[in-house]
Amino acid sequence: MDRRNFIRTGSLALAGSVVAPTFASPFDGTNEKTAVSEAMKHFGVTENDLQKVIAAALEKGGDYADLFFEHTFSNYVGLRDREVNRCNSNIDFGMGVRVISGDQTGYAYVEEITLNEMLRAARTAARIASGTLKANPVALTEKSIKTNFYTVSTPWDNLLLKDKMPYLQRLNDRIFDADKRVQKVSASLTDDTSHILFCNSEGVTFYDYRPMATLSAVCIMEENGKIENNYASRAYRKGADFLTNDLVDIVAREAVENTAKLFQAVKPKGGEMPVVMGAGGSGILLHEAIGHAFEADFNRKNISIFSDQLHKKICNENISVVDDGTVPFNRGSVNIDDEGNYGQKTYIVKNGILNSYLHDRISAKHYGVTPTGNGRRESFRNVPIPRMRVTYMESGNMNEADIIASVKKGIYVNQFTNGQVQIGAGDFTFFVKSGYLIEDGKLTQPIKDINIIGNGPKALADITMVGNNLELDNGTWTCGKDGQGCPVSQGMPSALVSKLTVGGES
Amino acid sequence: MKFEPNKFHSTNEIMISNENKNLARWAMDFALKNGCQAVKVNLYAGSNSSFEMRDAKMDRLQQASENGMTIALYVDGRYGTYSTNRLDKTELQSFIKNGIASTRYLAKDEAQTLPDPSRYYKGGKPDLKLLDPNFSKINPDHKVQMAKNAGEEAMGKDARIISVESSYSDGENFGYKLFSNGFEGETGNSWFSISASVSMKGEDDARPSSYWYESALMLDDLVKEGIGQKALERTIKKLGQKKIKSGKYTMVVDPLNSSRLVSPMISALYGSQLQQKNSFLLDKIGQQIGNEKFTLRDEPHLIGAMGARYFDNEGVATQPRTIFDKGVLKTYFIDTYIANKMGIEPTIADPSILILQPGNKDLQGLIADVNNGILVTGFNGGNSNSSTGDFSFGIEGFLIENGQTTQPINEMNVTGNFLSLWSSLAEVGNDPRLNSSWRIPSLVFDGVDFSGI
Repeated sequence: MDRRNFIRTGSLALAGSVVAPTFASPFDGTNEKTAVSEAMKHFGVTENDLQKVIAAALEKGGDYADLFFEHTFSNYVGLRDREVNRCNSNIDFGMGVRVISGDQTGYAYVEEITLNEMLRAARTAARIASGTLKANPVALTEKSIKTNFYTVSTPWDNLLLKDKMPYLQRLNDRIFDADKRVQKVSASLTDDTSHILFCNSEGVTFYDYRPMATLSAVCIMEENGKIENNYASRAYRKGADFLTNDLVDIVAREAVENTAKLFQAVKPKGGEMPVVMGAGGSGILLHEAIGHAFEADFNRKNISIFSDQLHKKICNENISVVDDGTVPFNRGSVNIDDEGNYGQKTYIVKNGILNSYLHDRISAKHYGVTPTGNGRRESFRNVPIPRMRVTYMESGNMNEADIIASVKKGIYVNQFTNGQVQIGAGDFTFFVKSGYLIEDGKLTQPIKDINIIGNGPKALADITMVGNNLELDNGTWTCGKDGQGCPVSQGMPSALVSKLTVGGES
Repeated sequence: MKFEPNKFHSTNEIMISNENKNLARWAMDFALKNGCQAVKVNLYAGSNSSFEMRDAKMDRLQQASENGMTIALYVDGRYGTYSTNRLDKTELQSFIKNGIASTRYLAKDEAQTLPDPSRYYKGGKPDLKLLDPNFSKINPDHKVQMAKNAGEEAMGKDARIISVESSYSDGENFGYKLFSNGFEGETGNSWFSISASVSMKGEDDARPSSYWYESALMLDDLVKEGIGQKALERTIKKLGQKKIKSGKYTMVVDPLNSSRLVSPMISALYGSQLQQKNSFLLDKIGQQIGNEKFTLRDEPHLIGAMGARYFDNEGVATQPRTIFDKGVLKTYFIDTYIANKMGIEPTIADPSILILQPGNKDLQGLIADVNNGILVTGFNGGNSNSSTGDFSFGIEGFLIENGQTTQPINEMNVTGNFLSLWSSLAEVGNDPRLNSSWRIPSLVFDGVDFSGI
């Protein structure tokens, strides 16, 4: 079969040449049959090839096999010292074969998509089983994307690098103009476009076209000999319409505000205290305190602190928490996951009850439930495992002001950089970049740079007030698990956790 | 001028192939012919395999190999990098041409130059012995057995065990650099690792878990016994973890975790941070940063050691260097770009093997000298501020009372500032783990803030 000539790197069309076919544009999905067949042509495979590879994958008696093809174009443009003077483009191309036998997994991947290479990968992965071929694969039927949560009107490849530069320049200039204390700005724009082709031994095949864009700025300020730094960023699954002056101005303003407030900030006194989580970024509490512990691979292995809690009451009945793959243009959204299940909105907590874990294929089978569309992988180099998507708590009925007013002595937190969790012990943490002391029901002194730690089940049970102001945080969040990263996001209404352990001075 | 790369004595096949080296040379020449004044080509190739067991059954096996190229283009005073795993000449032609055209749009950056060739590694040093010549001959059944053995050491040994996971993994990494002003260099290493983790049911709902692992560059050097055993012991010790009172304690950090406290110090020494005025060690060369127990050196040429290398990612020759000498800061990490940008002498892009000068006691010996302290056996999240040196991390570990570890603790934070932390370094242990390029022993610090109840 021929190798396709993948001439597009993104950010540039060959000057003066005819631009067809445009590989960085989505394959035509409006005519139902063609999206997958176009994708197969792109990867240089036929249905016959795919069936041969699946058969090889199952030849040692595996129950199930899937093939995941990926072609990703990534671009980065950066500004440093007032100039847009750096760029990188990357092409990643390959396919992975997964074989499942019971709850065991064999996996292999190749970067050259020839029949021989794919068969070699299939036979490697097949060795997770040790019998003989059980069943013949099934003819492929295209699963078309029911709802596209990230339609692209202008593919990134339509932009030249010079079309992107003015936005970074504007971001730089807005930040410097906003505050005389600004010393340095660095900014970056990234765009990724992935063509994904999938098929499995049950006859499911799909094509998904996945965009991702991020805009970020780091701001360094100096005041009276003290230096502080902070940043702002936004990420959306969008094509080139992501880039607007409005977006630039939002990121610029936030980078400046976030940095400026650090000069007045102090470290609080450490210890246990009430914590008011501000709307938006505080969703990191959900991601770390319960999200990971609800991933069904940990629970079917019995090692999560929530392993015995399915369908039990775990918090106030006014609390519902969702893991949602259907938020339009969101970083964590999923048209169809990397196992062939549609992205969904899954209630993990419903009216205080642990309603559902987050499943991949293996765990859904283990628990005898329908898959939830959480089977995701970083790339063709990785097996899919349960991963979060957009994790948020639904709004309650209180005003944020009343929540703050109820706290005599505590802290209010609303900017975070990272978090982590031990899902067995239940210890979760997140790092507060900035927030405020609460004294006698009022926000007083700004605080910064402290870690907060808690216990998942306890913290959830200690959420005593929930605001009416749900916000999603559209920052550039990446979740790491099992050596692979997945883009996610999260959200919260403002909420009071009656007790968490706050880092600080003693 | 052309410099001879090191010759390897292994019979291994998956090194950078001659075909790909020729492709790299072709790519460099093609770029130079099509508008570049200078070019850097980097090739990599690698393979890896892993076998994971859970409760005596194979849970997951993975295997793959991969390769790719990154090309850095210097075009009319502009600089851009382009990488791809599609090593096909026809595609690379368009890829490189597109890259050149794209790079031309950027603003000029005069600080982007290749290093002065006099700084390059010129070859002739002894083989670093980082590559196991028998790598491709290892029987996969043997690999599975090593994973199994580690798990079997723990399985069934305690009624409270929920599950035992163990794994064997290995891999090889190869790199090849070709720069248009005369550098040509090749690197390669193998690695092997066995790990185990145990999950146990405590008295409440918690299911604490701990782990142990061993790793080496050569299979014969890989410790293969005792891993499951240690994972089990460490998990049993965690049962009954709870948080204790906030306060100032002597902090002891074990050698699995001590490098976490060194890392932000090293990050603060990178030229890119200094040039952006984003470092708490800015303008501090020659100043006393830590106390006299804090001597940190970069020793790049230790034969057979993880992290050993003769040149950095710019091809510049590595040398032994003192970073902190009895607490005094001696050197920054200044690469070619930052040297040009700031008008200062370059040093080296980053450290290779970091050695914190050890003391005389092992971890038990250090603990025996502590009356009221906390032994940190794990960090859980947290972060630090690169401009100020402030830090705050989640921790778990043990209370130390009168020279003994007593209560297992968790759900606490340690908070402070790195400048004052390293000034209160009380002791350095003699027990760095050698299976890491950073050889940081156990550490003891006085008067550190922990927050709990």
